[in-house]
Amino acid sequence: MNVDWTPEQTAEFNRRRRSRNIALGVFLVCLAVLFFGISIVKMIK
Amino acid sequence: MTPATPAVAAPPGVSFAEWRDYLALLKPRVMSLVVFWAACALWTAPGHIHPFTAFVAILCVAVGAGAAGALNQWYEADIDGLMKRTANRPLPAGRIAPQEAFAFGAALAVGSVVIMGLGVNVLAAAILAGSIFFYAVIYTVWLKRATPQNIVIGGAAGAFPPLIGWAAVTGDVSTLPWLMFGIIFLWTPPHFWSLALFMEADYAKAGVPMLPVVAGEAATRRQILLYTLVLVPVSLLPWALALTGWVYGAVAIVTGTIFVIRALAVARNTATLTSAMGPEKALFKYSLLYLFLIFAALVVDHVVLA
Repeated sequence: MNVDWTPEQTAEFNRRRRSRNIALGVFLVCLAVLFFGISIVKMIK
Repeated sequence: MTPATPAVAAPPGVSFAEWRDYLALLKPRVMSLVVFWAACALWTAPGHIHPFTAFVAILCVAVGAGAAGALNQWYEADIDGLMKRTANRPLPAGRIAPQEAFAFGAALAVGSVVIMGLGVNVLAAAILAGSIFFYAVIYTVWLKRATPQNIVIGGAAGAFPPLIGWAAVTGDVSTLPWLMFGIIFLWTPPHFWSLALFMEADYAKAGVPMLPVVAGEAATRRQILLYTLVLVPVSLLPWALALTGWVYGAVAIVTGTIFVIRALAVARNTATLTSAMGPEKALFKYSLLYLFLIFAALVVDHVVLA
């Protein structure tokens, strides 16, 4: 990325981006499980 | 604690936010209260609901409340930056861009309503949509900066969760959930005005017309007492109308009496310095415990004793 950051700032940016990406991954997996569960419950009914 | 933003401005489209900042946008403390109220109504409602459907309903209430909180913070970033209590929120602190917060809140609002409609039922989804709209638009955009009655009318937004929880189980809304709505609605003014009394300087600095700022401390203390004197009889109605049992009745009488005693202490207080506002701080804390106890008593009455 073409930004004038110190190595510490770049490392901090990367750490925060990683935390966001992990959270997004967890969210998407949970969403898939949620839709799967809703479908199963609807089928049982 | 969230680390400080690096001392270099992020270029457009680059975010310094952490996952915790997005969580903070959802106002997790408010969310936990809302979830508790909805869950109590869900447990209290007659009929059967599949446990997973109940989980989906509670999740949608939580996410919907969080979405409303995110939209609220997006709109109020300017005044949040002026108040000590809210200055470190992700938007005023510059960790999340306004358009990002709006998109996050709007997406969660739509998502929670759609999933509630698909997974639970249309009535619960409609009430959830109404509550998000009420909080994000009626209260945040319209009332908060316009009138000292902001939290009286806006209190309705926080009172919707029992209706949603009940509707998720029964598909309709009857007397008891409306009484639960009424209790939260009447509880909101004493709760928030006691906070506003000892946070008055913050609200005045931000130009928010809270009652203590506009009408003064004495008038606010009188209003706190008046709303408490209406709240307590209304809180006894579920028991008086035989919609609940003796556990709820006993808890409502005892906790309501303590509420009145504490509101009287506030009404008698003439302090103008925050450091001398012990009764106000005590009432604010007690009001949270009060609502927790009477809603828990409803559940005990309907679930455990039944």
